[in-house]
Amino acid sequence: MKDYEVIIGLEVHAELSTNTKIYCNCSTSFGADPNTHCCPICTGMPGTLPVLNEKVVEYAVKAGLATNCEISRFSKQDRKNYFYPDLPKAYQISQYDLPLCLGGHLDINVNGNKKTIGITRIHIEEDAGKLIHDAYTGDTLVDMNRCAVPLIEIVSEPDIRNADEAVAYMQTLKSILEYLEVCDCKMQEGSLRCDVNLSVRPVGQKEFGTRTETKNLNSFRAIHNLIEFETKRQIEVLENGGVIHQETIRWDDAKGIGYAMRSKEDAQDYRYFPEPDLAPIVLSDEYINDMKNSLPEMPHLKKERYIKEFGLPEYDAEILTASKYTANFFEKTNAICNNPKAVSNWIMGDFAKMLNEKELEINESKVTEENLACLISLIDKGTISSKIAKQIFEEMFETGENAKDIVEKKGLVQISDEGAIKEIVQRVVEANPQSVADYKAGKDRAIGFMVGQIMKETKGKANPQIVNKLLLEIINK
Amino acid sequence: MSVSKEDVKHIANLSKLNLTDEELDKYTTDLSNIVDFANELSNINVDGVKPTAHILDIKNVFRKDEVDASYDREEILKNAPSKDAGCISVPKVVE
Amino acid sequence: MDLYSLALTDVAKKIKNKEVKIKDVLDDIYSRIDNVEPKVDAYITLTQKLAYERAQELQQKLDNGEDIGILGGVPIAIKDNICTNGVKTTCASRMLENFTPIYDATVIKKLEEAGAIVIGKTNMDEFAMGSSTETSYMKKTKNPWDLTRVPGGSSGGSAAAVSSDMAFAALGSDTGGSIRQPASYCSVVGLKPTYGLISRFGLIAFASSLDQIGPFTKTVEDAALMLNVIAGHDEKDTTSADIEKQDYTKALLNDVSGKTIGIPTDFITDGINKDVRAAYDEAIATLKNAGAAIKEIKLEYAKYSLATYYIIATAEASSNLGRYDGIRYGYRAKDFNDLEDLYRKSRTEGFGAEVKRRIMLGTYVLSSGYYDAYYKRAQQVRTLIVENFKKAFEECDVIMIPTAPNTSFKFGAHNASPLEMYLEDIYTVPVNMAGLPAVSVPGGFDSNGMPIGIQFIAKAFDEKNMLQVAYTFEQNTTYHKERPSIQEGK
Repeated sequence: MKDYEVIIGLEVHAELSTNTKIYCNCSTSFGADPNTHCCPICTGMPGTLPVLNEKVVEYAVKAGLATNCEISRFSKQDRKNYFYPDLPKAYQISQYDLPLCLGGHLDINVNGNKKTIGITRIHIEEDAGKLIHDAYTGDTLVDMNRCAVPLIEIVSEPDIRNADEAVAYMQTLKSILEYLEVCDCKMQEGSLRCDVNLSVRPVGQKEFGTRTETKNLNSFRAIHNLIEFETKRQIEVLENGGVIHQETIRWDDAKGIGYAMRSKEDAQDYRYFPEPDLAPIVLSDEYINDMKNSLPEMPHLKKERYIKEFGLPEYDAEILTASKYTANFFEKTNAICNNPKAVSNWIMGDFAKMLNEKELEINESKVTEENLACLISLIDKGTISSKIAKQIFEEMFETGENAKDIVEKKGLVQISDEGAIKEIVQRVVEANPQSVADYKAGKDRAIGFMVGQIMKETKGKANPQIVNKLLLEIINK
Repeated sequence: MSVSKEDVKHIANLSKLNLTDEELDKYTTDLSNIVDFANELSNINVDGVKPTAHILDIKNVFRKDEVDASYDREEILKNAPSKDAGCISVPKVVE
Repeated sequence: MDLYSLALTDVAKKIKNKEVKIKDVLDDIYSRIDNVEPKVDAYITLTQKLAYERAQELQQKLDNGEDIGILGGVPIAIKDNICTNGVKTTCASRMLENFTPIYDATVIKKLEEAGAIVIGKTNMDEFAMGSSTETSYMKKTKNPWDLTRVPGGSSGGSAAAVSSDMAFAALGSDTGGSIRQPASYCSVVGLKPTYGLISRFGLIAFASSLDQIGPFTKTVEDAALMLNVIAGHDEKDTTSADIEKQDYTKALLNDVSGKTIGIPTDFITDGINKDVRAAYDEAIATLKNAGAAIKEIKLEYAKYSLATYYIIATAEASSNLGRYDGIRYGYRAKDFNDLEDLYRKSRTEGFGAEVKRRIMLGTYVLSSGYYDAYYKRAQQVRTLIVENFKKAFEECDVIMIPTAPNTSFKFGAHNASPLEMYLEDIYTVPVNMAGLPAVSVPGGFDSNGMPIGIQFIAKAFDEKNMLQVAYTFEQNTTYHKERPSIQEGK
């Protein structure tokens, strides 16, 4: 078998988090009853006209600046004509030859290796409605709430070579869009989704192979699995002497299988032409500079600051800044308890594990910054042991209760009173002469056993340092 | 004929129109005549002439991002030929 | 004197001065419609119920001493491609036969704020595509001057309604001459404003970069008054011009001294009917006698307007009419196998032949491989036409040309060749290409007694100059005072 190179380009669609749709004043909020966020304009009724939402331009320009794009001083909107039940006007207003942003790039990090992925363009366009299959009648139902929700489409260069790079690129892009607050990036709700263009070619071949396109992947896992699947499929086809057809792949995420959909004889011809109902967008240097100055601290700069300001290891800083929500959580928590490494350890450790299990983002958890800071302070002050703290945290995570309240309610305050502990230590030593003998014979493990017994008696509340100190004192007496 | 029958079939498909054989003949003639007539434009020297994008010199016409009440669903669906469960109903869309 | 035969300005005065009740005016106009409509067929929908309710409301306000607006109580007809909330708006198409808009066009709101009463929706060429109103799916509107002839189009219903005193004024829309040409054929005043002066919000689009709403009236004075009401910026229409409001009635001066009238001799050539030519020469003499300077100008690119128009207008139309797919509103075929079949049958059965012809032509010129040769080139030629007019207006204030090369023709005269019919728009289309204002004013009759219109064109947003010349021409002629007898054959 030959060695193959995989060529991947991503077209990412991000719904912009504006209050209103791109060309009318209907709300963009997700999850409303079907066809209740609609008006004559977004449902394409005869006689209606579009007027562009100024925030759409602002958000798209910010996304362009944050991905190192050149912002077009002159840009226009065009009509893309095709028939589909989710497209009320039978054309989508998009941008064809003069998009808002051109020629940017993103730096990604794959298993410690840095790579730059080119960005061809970013343009603004309107989303389509939602089609719902009616299992009862077998018909398709059209919900137009999502019609004309603003989108940016971010088109990458074919610089991506495997699934890991694609996922890293998506993660980086997601992080940037979140930092900019231009998209809520809820992939499961479809507000961030991507089309994968993929082809393979024998290593050394100059021309690209024929590519296939898979649309609307809305999880990192789906992107990863589709790429692995499609890469394997295309190589197998070529190895068996077949040819790849330019076609669309439908990805069944549950089954982990893609289905090639035969390309139609009658190739699509979108008949793009300039949208006569909308004015060109002409941006001044002043506007673009204002946008530049309004950008928040981007993840890579934040990371450097974390290393310098908080003395965190690069690894911690990378993980904490990968998501705006995590970084915000970290900074807010640390501002209260002032123990960056402890905050970092919690966020990357138990907390992250539990969030993962529940598939939650940090900002969706019941644990607040104040609450985690309080827990860390309790440990720092010696009020609770770190072992108890884990127990408390689990409860905080489940109930959202305050750490202090849990400690008080359950009487989990650490026993640091030497007199009280000494009494228990004495009792345990007397009850376990064999262990004492083992210890004296050089078996250090015997100490562990006795500590365990002491902790058992105190229900884990005894200060472990004091227990250790007293135990050794008594045995060695 | 400057426009062929095949051309007309293709654009009828793009336009989602069915044509009878008679109509196909008629439209092929009609469109050819009009396109021949329009071809007089190919004699005009347009080197360096900017296409008209807008007759008025307009730019940056924007709207504030402020929510207005949407319409009642009954109104939105009032003219729909077929509806079900608060939605417009169409024959099964095959992916 | 019957009320219905009054000019809009006069009936508005009578209502305001309480010489007549609004209801009496409505009674009079509807009884006129009862008598004349069976012969003329200008209306698709009559809205008596709404009209009488509104009349009562307005009369009450007036009786309470409130201001009911400058069109207070005046019955007005609306072309059936302008959306009226709760009143069917069909575009004279089977496709929209049962379509009821859920909102009002901006011009409707403006008319109602000014106190006008909508009395009905008028017939037109299907989706405004045509020059004779013959492509209407609903009915054939007859020319009130000769019922065997067409009223012109596409706003034939509006022109015929005003011409036959079935409305004091009407709104139409003009994409390539659809107000001015029927105004000319029916001997009324038809004004197409500068592109961007009137909001298009609620006007069902034919060709977005060319469409413009305008009034049909019996006099130039009435046209100025209507323009005062409907002009103005609308934030719902991106292409609506954000300029200061003007009082167009201030331009109503019988005075053209110091004005230069441009005569494009290279554009008015052999294709013109000799009676129209004679009327045009007479119009030149009339203005000269009134004190205007007459100047020959060149419009060498104007002759390419028609070809340019049929590319741009059909391209935009092919896209604008995609939404009529049988899904959200409009005609849906009865039997279909699947979605594709639903689309095709609904559109095939819902659209008439001319609409299909233009959709296909527009699709052709935009389709892959032809865009540069047709659409792009047409927009380049359009630039040349715009510049052509700009240069011409350096030498004159207003350009005068006939509105149409011929007068009204018999039904079916152009059935065989669509292109021949298109050529009827030769004098009106250049104005749309350049986005300029133009008005057609009654300018004589041919040997058959059919009306001839004279067209005055001005710079963009220079409606005042245009109206002043048009008014002077009108005041120095008597054609606008003649009314049709409404019978067959002359």
